[in-house]
Amino acid sequence: MALLYAITLGVLTTCGVYLLLRARTFTVILGLTLLSHAVNLYLFASGRLVSSAPAIIGLSEQPADPLPQALVLTAIVIGFAMTAFVVVLALKAAVELRNDHVDGENPDEDLA
Amino acid sequence: MNHALILPILLPLITGAGQLLFYQAPFALQRLLGFASTFWLVLLGIWCLQVAGNGEHLVYHAGDWPAPFGIVLILDRLSAVMLALTAVLGFCCLLYASNGGDQRGAHFHALFQFQLAGLNGAFLTGDLFNLFVFFEILLIASYALLLHGGGRARSRAGLHYVIINLVGSALFLIALGTLYGLTGTLNMADLAQRVAQAPPGDVPLLAAASLLLLVVFGVKAAILPLLFWLPRAYSAASAPVAALFAIMTKVGIYAILRVFLLVFALGEAPINETAWGWLWPLALFTLALGGIGVLGSNSLRTLTAYLVVLSVGTLLATISFATQESLGAALFYLIHSTGMTAVFFLLADLLGQQREEGYDNFTATGPIGHRWLLGTVFFFAAIAMVGLPPFSGFVSKAWILQASAQESQGFWLWGVLLAAALLTLIAVSRTGSSWFWRPGDMARPYPLERGPLTLVSSMVGLNGLLAVFGEPVMGYLELTAQQLLDPHAYIAAVLPEAFVARQEVAP
Repeated sequence: MALLYAITLGVLTTCGVYLLLRARTFTVILGLTLLSHAVNLYLFASGRLVSSAPAIIGLSEQPADPLPQALVLTAIVIGFAMTAFVVVLALKAAVELRNDHVDGENPDEDLA
Repeated sequence: MNHALILPILLPLITGAGQLLFYQAPFALQRLLGFASTFWLVLLGIWCLQVAGNGEHLVYHAGDWPAPFGIVLILDRLSAVMLALTAVLGFCCLLYASNGGDQRGAHFHALFQFQLAGLNGAFLTGDLFNLFVFFEILLIASYALLLHGGGRARSRAGLHYVIINLVGSALFLIALGTLYGLTGTLNMADLAQRVAQAPPGDVPLLAAASLLLLVVFGVKAAILPLLFWLPRAYSAASAPVAALFAIMTKVGIYAILRVFLLVFALGEAPINETAWGWLWPLALFTLALGGIGVLGSNSLRTLTAYLVVLSVGTLLATISFATQESLGAALFYLIHSTGMTAVFFLLADLLGQQREEGYDNFTATGPIGHRWLLGTVFFFAAIAMVGLPPFSGFVSKAWILQASAQESQGFWLWGVLLAAALLTLIAVSRTGSSWFWRPGDMARPYPLERGPLTLVSSMVGLNGLLAVFGEPVMGYLELTAQQLLDPHAYIAAVLPEAFVARQEVAP
């Protein structure tokens, strides 16, 4: 399970970083979303991966650590709000600047 | 347990929420609420300075959960200094904004209060994840404040600013996950102890987490490879917002001080040595780049943005010596530079409004109204900024140079700092002569508003007062530095039992 988890994290992070380095705001936002998924999974894993051990005392011999779950919940909420904000901001910028390049101007169009 | 300790966070948070809920109430009422809250923050800041002044750590257990299980707020001298500085700066910015700037966009006052709540929370918290949360609060308020007033330049700058900070947040969480996975705690005092006792196998991972945190705080503070968002964002923001943002880079510096002088400072081979090793050359390059940027700017706002970069470089280079004297000097410079960069952002707006054309661009050569009065204000502000006597810039730089003279590598700082100061002097005097000296009088000057002018002049006056009362301030800051370099007292205040147990085992 740990290997699968690690590969998933790796793939998510790689895709996230790749998309983050693109020049269009939409792909950058997709990249940010993938990266924040990877980060949330990573935070979750910091409490160790165990199966059939709910974070309630008494249900299993060794209950899972509840704190990373709480941290992930906070991180998800914050990440969600931030993504919503950056989507609106990117739309606003695209309307005002008349293109969706991250620098607000497309260097290729100037050449043409 | 003193409940007043949570007020610097709760008061602006509740005020901001109220302003949002009753946004249909008369604008004057919203303004008044904002002023009332910020004024109380100033009083609270003075109270904090006084309480923390006796050297104790005031601990507030949120929800009365014992540390390290609950979240703690801790007030020590450094937090008190930062709280008071934020409150005074916030009050000045709010005064300036209430001259009409706050009506150019929606919800300025609510966002301003949320920003203050985030800042105060970041300065008070003793929990690393809580620090992340307060960072996010102050960031999301700053995103919206940066866009206040609208316009293309702000959208463009805002996009860069938001995206780089979102990536920073992701890195922050990765660092937190690593630290929690290795130590099982996020309380800074508890973390410091566990990091010190970590098995040798964990040390490389802990060092990696510490350097990730350095990157995150470096984005906030604008250290060299991570600062390219700053000039555009700061020069696009409206004047009172940019002036408030003068404290934002200092939050990064505060976090570096707090984390690397507490969490990674203990043990036989403290992990923070690596961080200081990275910080020293990067800070010097940041300082040099700030100087070059100041000289190469095309408007007064961009110039001021590079002055922020310059101050960050100076601060971090001084901090990386990590001695009592250098930390004291750095904190004095922090107070001076925050105030003066804020003054310059306000001044750029004030002067720009009086110029016939070009706002604050250096390319425009038109005349400026009221040039004797405004020229005098600019002259004094420029002297204070560059660091000539009698203002506190001189005192702080002299102290920094004195502190660094004792270090073996200090001459590097001497060279770069003095060269950057010379470049600043050239750039600022060029601005002054081309704005006030060269063009003639304006035929029909625009009406001059007395309120903002008085405010900016008194902020420069405050800077002079800081130099006049330099001695008690320096004494306080030296004690602050001493307290920072003794993390055991911090840990003992947060975790009394653990500390006693450790003391018994240690000898």
